[in-house]
Amino acid sequence: MQRIGVFVCHCGTNIAGTVDVKAVAEALGREPSVVTSVDYQYMCSESGQNLIKDAIRDYKLTGVVVCSCSPRMHENTFRKAAAAAGLNPYMVEIANIREQCSWIHKDVAEATEKAIILGRAAIAKVQLNAPLVAGESPVIKRALVIGGGIAGIQTALDIADAGFEVDIVEKQPTIGGKMTQLDKTFPTLDCAACILTPKMVECAQNELINIYSYSEVDAVSGFVGNFSVKIRKKARYVDETKCTGCGLCTEKCPQKKVPNEFNLGMDNRRAVYIPFAQAVPKVATIDADYCTMLKTGKCGVCSKVCTAGAINYKQTDEIVERQYGAIVVATGFNPIKVDKYDEYAYGQSKDVITSLEFERLTNAAGPTSGKLLRPSDGKHPHKIVFIQCVGSRCTPEKGKSYCSKICCMYTAKHAMLTREKYPDTEVYVFYIDVRTPGKNFDEFYRRATEEYGVHYIKGMVGKVSPKADGTLEVQASDLIMNEQLRIDADLVVLAAAIEPDKSARPLATMLTASMDTNDFFTEAHPKLRPVESPTAGIFLSGACQGPKDIPETVSQAGAAAAKVIGLLAKNKLTCNPCVAHSDELLCNGCSQCANVCPYGAITYIEKEFVMPDRSKKIRRVASVNPAVCQGCGACTVTCPSGAMDLHGFSNRQIMAEVDAICK
Amino acid sequence: MQVNEQFTPTIVAFCCNWCSYAGADLSGTNRLQYPANVKIIRVPCSCRVNPMFILRAFQRGADGVIICGCHPGDCHYTTGNYYARRRTTLLFSMLDYLGIERNRTRVEWVSAAEGAKFAATMNDFVAQITELGPNRRLEDLRCRK
Amino acid sequence: MENKTGMKEQILRMSGAAVQKCMRCGKCSGTCPSYDEMEYHPHEFVYMVEKGDVEKLLKSESVYKCLTCFACVERCPRGVEPAKVIEAVRLEAIREQGRNHLKPDQIPELLDEETPGQLLMMALRKYAK
Repeated sequence: MQRIGVFVCHCGTNIAGTVDVKAVAEALGREPSVVTSVDYQYMCSESGQNLIKDAIRDYKLTGVVVCSCSPRMHENTFRKAAAAAGLNPYMVEIANIREQCSWIHKDVAEATEKAIILGRAAIAKVQLNAPLVAGESPVIKRALVIGGGIAGIQTALDIADAGFEVDIVEKQPTIGGKMTQLDKTFPTLDCAACILTPKMVECAQNELINIYSYSEVDAVSGFVGNFSVKIRKKARYVDETKCTGCGLCTEKCPQKKVPNEFNLGMDNRRAVYIPFAQAVPKVATIDADYCTMLKTGKCGVCSKVCTAGAINYKQTDEIVERQYGAIVVATGFNPIKVDKYDEYAYGQSKDVITSLEFERLTNAAGPTSGKLLRPSDGKHPHKIVFIQCVGSRCTPEKGKSYCSKICCMYTAKHAMLTREKYPDTEVYVFYIDVRTPGKNFDEFYRRATEEYGVHYIKGMVGKVSPKADGTLEVQASDLIMNEQLRIDADLVVLAAAIEPDKSARPLATMLTASMDTNDFFTEAHPKLRPVESPTAGIFLSGACQGPKDIPETVSQAGAAAAKVIGLLAKNKLTCNPCVAHSDELLCNGCSQCANVCPYGAITYIEKEFVMPDRSKKIRRVASVNPAVCQGCGACTVTCPSGAMDLHGFSNRQIMAEVDAICK
Repeated sequence: MQVNEQFTPTIVAFCCNWCSYAGADLSGTNRLQYPANVKIIRVPCSCRVNPMFILRAFQRGADGVIICGCHPGDCHYTTGNYYARRRTTLLFSMLDYLGIERNRTRVEWVSAAEGAKFAATMNDFVAQITELGPNRRLEDLRCRK
Repeated sequence: MENKTGMKEQILRMSGAAVQKCMRCGKCSGTCPSYDEMEYHPHEFVYMVEKGDVEKLLKSESVYKCLTCFACVERCPRGVEPAKVIEAVRLEAIREQGRNHLKPDQIPELLDEETPGQLLMMALRKYAK
């Protein structure tokens, strides 16, 4: 017979406001096996926990039921308290009477009745709990960072700094990400390349960091501390170990008409290319979609000029399988496609560009060598209109429902830099709100208007119409003056919303990490665990979790690294003891459980049994590896003989809960 | 048949720990109301829901059973909800054959971010069961309170 | 003032528009082709109806200056549908006129040869009750 203690939490007024906690404690006190039932202001507080510990000792409790908030919140707190008092931590059950009772009901009688039933279900379950001992699993002391932008680079550097091995997987031929395409960075206006490239080089030189460029993650298996990842090294038709990055091939390649994605298609590159001068690794890549040799078998110029003999047209994709203790997702963002907003005429005029294209036009390494020239005729624009919130803050049918966060600041930067370099240029910024929370951010925006004379107009552009003389008529409202404006602009710049990279969705499926409706990765807790995914061992860094600027990305990258280091520093991890186990006497060795197990945790062993007539017989029975089993329970339902059961969620326990609820 | 005007159904909801239970918590955090008739049982995964549990609930007098899990493809255990989907498809059609109407049972995919969907689903399901009236087909009279 | 909220509710019901979704970006007014003709502009219609300030709108000529071209509905990022709000205010203005309805047999006297047939149809639709 169990001796059960029931502890009902008021949670201030969060629970006590709608649930009559005294009545709940009294009603549950009358349940069979319950020897003590009390209520208290805050069970999770030090004194609340002491109340539980004392009761365990005084009443010699064998089971504890806490009626409080969600087990996702404080189950561990109460388990630890029980363990401190000498009770097996898995003899604690939580009845969720806050999130699933007091907060969703208004009627006190109704909520109290429900709380009592939930308490009864937990008591019924704990009656059948068995003490469990958690096993241990080893930690592989290497981390994987998926994505080699500033987020991934910073995370990798910080992890390596603590003495752990890190692999970076980057799908582009070079690491660096979006930041390599930027010209200056707000609010200090230091050049992006000047602060980023040293970090890229550091990654390449660090012995603990291993870069898989032009590679993608193909498959992930395993669990925290013990992931196994298949990395696909895409064929780049250049031997990385031989290529010196001299760039001779990229000058001699006769295929000159390949849109250069690094400059967003505003100029061309060759079929064999190095994305930009500071690329890491500085290795050429052949674009198979355009290479004449790979398409027709006739050319081979690059191979002839390469003194290192690095060109290899026969290279194929290579799969590398590596083991990791932790995985960091740093897949970043992309600006959305803006062609669908017909009113802005992006598809109709070359002089309507996105902000990232504007970055390239002002960058010294860009298609115009840093001179701000109109893409259509190469002339210097004298009137520029910036349009904010293109696709941000919309209904889901129109675009993204969130604020993209970085646009206000980079537009202020673009406006300011334009006025500084070309004082003869009029700059208009149409905004809905200017959002500049951040250190020195609002001061920066104020400088744009006060010192640089940028015209900020509260209102939105309704239509951009390309005219015959090559200008763009911008029709917009000025809400302060309450008038409609028509501006003949030379260049229109759209601050496109940002969205998670397309690769994030399939990756999330591989990692079984959850995502929100916008395809941003979900954090384990929005306030208290912002860099961890709810899936153990998966961490989040940078814009894959939500829109972020560079300072914020770098600090989150460091935070993710700290979490990874904390994990890798452990030699062993405590496993979840709520795993499957088979009753060997019932098991008939049919293999059905092994077929449904997603982890391959079930194997079959030949074992000798003594039969009722004392004869000995060797039978084939299922055996679960508790270090590999994750406790989903698929096998327990599949098992035709009912031999499989799950610790902590056994058939009898759930049945008892069903009974208590339906009674 | 006697119709009880004050009929308040008993509904058992099996929620997977990773998505739907968190979704239910979120609807609580956002104070989204749904009827108190819904009682949630936490299971590690929707694939842990044994058909026996559902039969037992109906035998003990539950009027409706709903199973909530992660969206297909988002299962924490990769494939668990696919098993749940197949099993419940078969079980529910068998229950329908036995006289437990198809509307008394439901499977719904609710992610951890969909607190509003959870509350809306429960409101809808309770209304649906209330309209159907009490479950008498499988209820074991010996289990009646 | 009781009438004020009543009329607001009526306009919201007739238009089916969600004025509370407006984020005051002014794109509707930025896109409006008859902006300069109007005393109150599309964004003001949305805001004033939301505040229940309908009287001014009913008296204003702006109600009849809207072309109902739906450019604002098409481009509104929040799905507010300003043109539908204006349309509803227009209907409300007509209802408010109350007893000045023409009788069908009065209409022929008012016609001359220049009157387009379409106007006749509109007149009947508006007044023949």
